[in-house]
Amino acid sequence: MKIKSLILYCLISSIFLFSLVSIWKVLSTLQGIDLENFNFAIILTLGIGISLINLIVGDKFHKAIKSIIFAILFTFVDGYLVQLMPIWYNIGIFGILIFYSFKIDKYNQKNLDLDHSSQTVVFEFLTLFGIVLFSFVILFPFYMMIVTSFKTQAALLINPLDFSINFAQDIKELFKSYFVIFDTYKFGRYILISTFVSVGTVIVTLIFAIPAAYAVARLNFFGKNFLSTSILIIYMFPAIVLVIPLYTVFSQLGLRNNVGGLLIVYTATTLPVAIYMLQGYFKSIPKELEEAAIMDKLNWFGIIIKIILPLSIPAISSVALYVFMIAWNEFLFSLMFLDNPNSFTLSRAIQYLSGDAETPRQYLMAGSVVVTIPVLFIFVYFEKYLVSGLTAGSVKG
Amino acid sequence: MSDTLSKIEKRTAYILLLPAVFLVFSIILFPIFANVWISFKEVGLKDIRIPEPRAKKIVKSVKESPDKIKIIYKLRNSSLILDIRDVMFQDKIPKNTEPLNLDQRCKLKSLIINCNFGDWKAKYKENFQIILVNKSGTKIDKKEIKSIKPKLSGKSDNILLNTNFTLKNFKKVFFQNEFFDLLSTTFYYTFFGTVGSIVFGILAAQLVNQKFFGRTFMRSILLFPYVGPVVALAYTWELLLDPYSGTLNNLLLNFQVIQEPLNLLGQKYLTINFFGFDLKLRLALTTVIIFEIWRYFPLAFLFILARLQAVPKELYEAADVDGAGPLQKFISITLPQIIAVISILFMIRFIWNFNKFEDIFLLTGGASGTRTLPINVYEQGFTISDIGMGSAVSIVIVLLLLIFMFIYFRLLGRRADEN
Repeated sequence: MKIKSLILYCLISSIFLFSLVSIWKVLSTLQGIDLENFNFAIILTLGIGISLINLIVGDKFHKAIKSIIFAILFTFVDGYLVQLMPIWYNIGIFGILIFYSFKIDKYNQKNLDLDHSSQTVVFEFLTLFGIVLFSFVILFPFYMMIVTSFKTQAALLINPLDFSINFAQDIKELFKSYFVIFDTYKFGRYILISTFVSVGTVIVTLIFAIPAAYAVARLNFFGKNFLSTSILIIYMFPAIVLVIPLYTVFSQLGLRNNVGGLLIVYTATTLPVAIYMLQGYFKSIPKELEEAAIMDKLNWFGIIIKIILPLSIPAISSVALYVFMIAWNEFLFSLMFLDNPNSFTLSRAIQYLSGDAETPRQYLMAGSVVVTIPVLFIFVYFEKYLVSGLTAGSVKG
Repeated sequence: MSDTLSKIEKRTAYILLLPAVFLVFSIILFPIFANVWISFKEVGLKDIRIPEPRAKKIVKSVKESPDKIKIIYKLRNSSLILDIRDVMFQDKIPKNTEPLNLDQRCKLKSLIINCNFGDWKAKYKENFQIILVNKSGTKIDKKEIKSIKPKLSGKSDNILLNTNFTLKNFKKVFFQNEFFDLLSTTFYYTFFGTVGSIVFGILAAQLVNQKFFGRTFMRSILLFPYVGPVVALAYTWELLLDPYSGTLNNLLLNFQVIQEPLNLLGQKYLTINFFGFDLKLRLALTTVIIFEIWRYFPLAFLFILARLQAVPKELYEAADVDGAGPLQKFISITLPQIIAVISILFMIRFIWNFNKFEDIFLLTGGASGTRTLPINVYEQGFTISDIGMGSAVSIVIVLLLLIFMFIYFRLLGRRADEN
């Protein structure tokens, strides 16, 4: 058995164990448990001990028995260290240890002897570690957003670490922040405006983009190559350099504080990518179909309506979903163009809410949940269609 | 015959393209050129309002004569800076009434009063009065008079349309705006944000490219930060990182990792003692970069994952036969396969990060050493209210951007040649 592999195996597996236990401890602290120490040294020593015993015992015992013994042993030592914790905390620790023992079970004196065994150990544990850590880091802010929206100001001030939600309370109390933002801050209205602007942008963009994309994909005209490249270049230009001239012109034309003005700008900024995605798809439709249509004396308009549209429903719907998401999430233009609370979009309304230092954080988070849920829902539900479009670079950000 | 057909084809193409091209031209290309124009002008936020002649109509009864009524128009020039020329005024009066002693500037013609007020200086104010008499001697309906609104018109200079140009803005941009500090912050932010998001993208793609329970679920989760609305995410982070009531600081304090709360978004420098040397870390900027990486590594992840899944399995099997370890496999198989994607990603992310506005604006507002060029555009234009300066900074951004894009398309072109 290689010493290097052995040391790496012990160290890495116990660090992995330590991080699992620590994440559990952080989550438990957020349920209002008074934990103050990760006990780094002790847990690391225990981890090294368990991984060594695992090597020595090998497969003399069934792995289930081995795991349970390890788990009970660890849970007792940890329980002694942290003292008097609720039973669910210990069950969690027990579960983590079962998982951990199953993971280290496949290592024995033989496979640590193989070529590259030290690298394999590092890679395998880094993968596990990565999955746990990535999920934790990504999901934690979302978790915090949701939980904070169900708390009260007083509870958050007493113990900012207590994220536990009391489900026993009255439903009106539990959803109080949501009632407040809809009653006092008129979020119902903002949802309507945001929906109107986003859906409107989708419709207008498609009406403009479909004919243009068809022309780029199928027809020959002077300046076609130039146009295709400019679409990409224009797409790269950031909103921030458009803001000042648009603000000036829109102010003079009286288009500020006007949802219609916002709709025009959103349409123009999403058009290049919509054209780009659609023309790619139109090119894949067999040309013979259109030739037959020309024989039938259909004009271009007829071809688009009767042949192209029915065949490209999937592409059109994925473009529509993208445009919707871009318009729904957009912030810069709504900040610049809207100062009247009667015409705010959701994003702008939340920013306005946060501008007042008196606004309790749970209202802010309830607003954030309201604006986030539709996009995440659409994304998860239609993920299959959306992922391929994302790699085509459809969401600028 | 085919000649006419191709003519028809061309014409159809232009008709189909026209609406889209027109819209994109007026909302995207026109502003970029307008920036050039504005950047050579001294324009403040208050100057862009076009001056208007305004009139507030007040109706009063006249004592002891119910058949008379007094109308007072409070006239004013809405602008404090600009004059209005040739102000014309028009208002209607009800039937059976006529004005008494009408002002010389006005004329009555079939129940319509037309006045020519001439030129109004900036801040001009006047109380203009008309007394109406009912010819039939009965009471005049006040409400009817009130419901009619006077119409005013006038000509004025639009500061944006005159031809006074100045280089002042550019002088200010380069010499009075801590320009090099601004530029270095922007590059620091852009570079580390880009590299960080690509590194984490590679790591995440490596992870998800392996088989494990819940893999598709994991893939959706990894994309959440990228598809979520920036406003919601930025405020959540702000609460998370708050020095007093934030979760992160409280956790770290609770587990005794730190002794004093860290103001992660509000402190410019953090001094770290490293083997006797004092290292200064730009704390707020680093936090903003971490947010940036958190939010945008999913894009890199998705690109790289798509590429990884296209790598032929045989390559890895052959490497196994040759006895290559995981690290060797990564360096000599995976990396060469994804290097093309990485270079394209680097350019795209670099350009987009360079222009990032919302994220920094929402997290720090550009304070504590996080002022980048896009933030400066907003600050100059809307906080300091100097539209000209804001445009000049925009021009600097556009120029830098054109340079990046030139490099990017050269790179893309070379890639295409190679394949």
